[in-house]
Amino acid sequence: MNYIKDTLALSGRLIKHNLRSLDTIITVVAMPVMILLAMVYLFGGAIQIDGLQHDEYVQYVLPGILLITIATGSAYTALRINLDKTGGMFDRFRSMPISKSAVLSGHVLASIVFMLTSTTIVLVVGFLIGFRTSASPLEWLYIILLVVGFAIMVTWLSVPFALAASSVDGASAFSYLVLALLFVSSAFAPTNKMPAALEAFAKHQPMTNIIATIRNLFASNSVGADGWLSIVWLIGITLVSWWVGVKIYNRV
Amino acid sequence: MENKIVVKGVNNSFKKNQVLKGVNLTVKSGSIYALLGANGSGKSTLLKIITGLHAMDSGEVFINDLEITHNPRRIRQTFSLNSQTTTTDEILTGFENLQLIAKLRHLPNTDEVADKLLAQFDLTEARDRRVATYSGGMQRRLDIAMSLVGEPEILFLDEPTTGLDPKSRNDLWAAILDLKQRGKTIFLTTQYLEEADQLADQIGFLQNGHIVATGTPAEMKQLGGHSRLQLIFPTTDAIESAQKILLDFNMSVGTDGSLLIDLTDGVTTSLKALTLLSNHDIPISSFQVLAPTLDDTFMQLIKEA
Repeated sequence: MNYIKDTLALSGRLIKHNLRSLDTIITVVAMPVMILLAMVYLFGGAIQIDGLQHDEYVQYVLPGILLITIATGSAYTALRINLDKTGGMFDRFRSMPISKSAVLSGHVLASIVFMLTSTTIVLVVGFLIGFRTSASPLEWLYIILLVVGFAIMVTWLSVPFALAASSVDGASAFSYLVLALLFVSSAFAPTNKMPAALEAFAKHQPMTNIIATIRNLFASNSVGADGWLSIVWLIGITLVSWWVGVKIYNRV
Repeated sequence: MENKIVVKGVNNSFKKNQVLKGVNLTVKSGSIYALLGANGSGKSTLLKIITGLHAMDSGEVFINDLEITHNPRRIRQTFSLNSQTTTTDEILTGFENLQLIAKLRHLPNTDEVADKLLAQFDLTEARDRRVATYSGGMQRRLDIAMSLVGEPEILFLDEPTTGLDPKSRNDLWAAILDLKQRGKTIFLTTQYLEEADQLADQIGFLQNGHIVATGTPAEMKQLGGHSRLQLIFPTTDAIESAQKILLDFNMSVGTDGSLLIDLTDGVTTSLKALTLLSNHDIPISSFQVLAPTLDDTFMQLIKEA
């Protein structure tokens, strides 16, 4: 019971951080929106996707943009964890009679809330510029689960990096890794037009599976193997980073 | 309970380097203990070990007769740790900082507690301002206020006044002495001798991994040597003649041109010196007896090491 209360109190603090720093909101919401607008209005017309009209490119690109929003947010997750570690806040909390893991859980919860809020804003912008979906309530539920799962995965993935980094710069650099994976995936263009080596990688990395699943769910298509592959990737990466993260946390 | 904190034979190494080599100390209930030591002497490490944040290689730490590694949660109810860096949240307001700590200590009336502490540390006016706008002294006061949420019996302060201006430092000293008046036990580390002198009931010198000397400030000063007689002369001629006459005394020349005579025999030595000077008609502008300082002890101990 106290564990939950402590986690809520600590995440409340971090949610205030996110709401009060303008640069966080601008970076995390405005950047994905800019990419979305640029892709749809500037480059989208030049990208040929089988079975899709040029002006329907927003249907193709939006799922990837949602994941980019989450990846951008993870830079701030890592930054805030690292600041608490290097600034001595961890020591203050951990010398108090509270559950030791609540300190980390507070960060994780605040991060997920923040990521989902910014993703919702980007989704609304998507609808405003013409994104449409035929997804049923059940398919919507599946999409929400995948997005939440992705937010949980990226958050936990940032934990070991944030704890191990000796500086704030190093801590947030990891988010570029996730962003790079997203760029070399089917987020913006189908993988079959990439050079062979790149295609082999792009096709078999988790981002492509997750994006394809969300894209198919929005279009009410069957998800095929991508569906279970996404879930395996999400759970697998989350568990490994959770294990490594907690291990490092107990030694910091 | 007589002894609040008992540290027995604490050893700790950092990367093959033994930082603490069997540290022993006790802190009496309701007193202020100052752990003195140069930078890098292991003060902060010892503090982290005592508060259970750091594991030790061997040794025992008791707080309220409970061993720290066996009863961490219960012991943490009784103390607060103020680390070396100010650990306030700059994005939150002063009020929200205190409220957060009160929530984490599961107090029923968090807002009341926060407001009371703001008033006590003269921060009511800045209640709803972000801590980022506070001065260094205000941040440090808020930091200490945060450590007092829930009225812990013991307070650990790691270099509480490092980086503060003299006014803020004096305010903080007053606040610390006030806490002692209210029955708290305080364990602080410092590299400032004056701070230990002003605040501590008991001082421990940490050097090369050992507590090399311990005692009250007065006792510690005795370790440093004797009082000295300082003589100030109106002219350089007078200084030179005085040096010739006082050759038999243990004497040194101060940086300001005054003569300093070691008072090995207390009053007798001063009388002898002054009589000699007077007999030779050497003019003196002024003289005074300088008591030994903690500086002397500190230098002495460093020399012996």
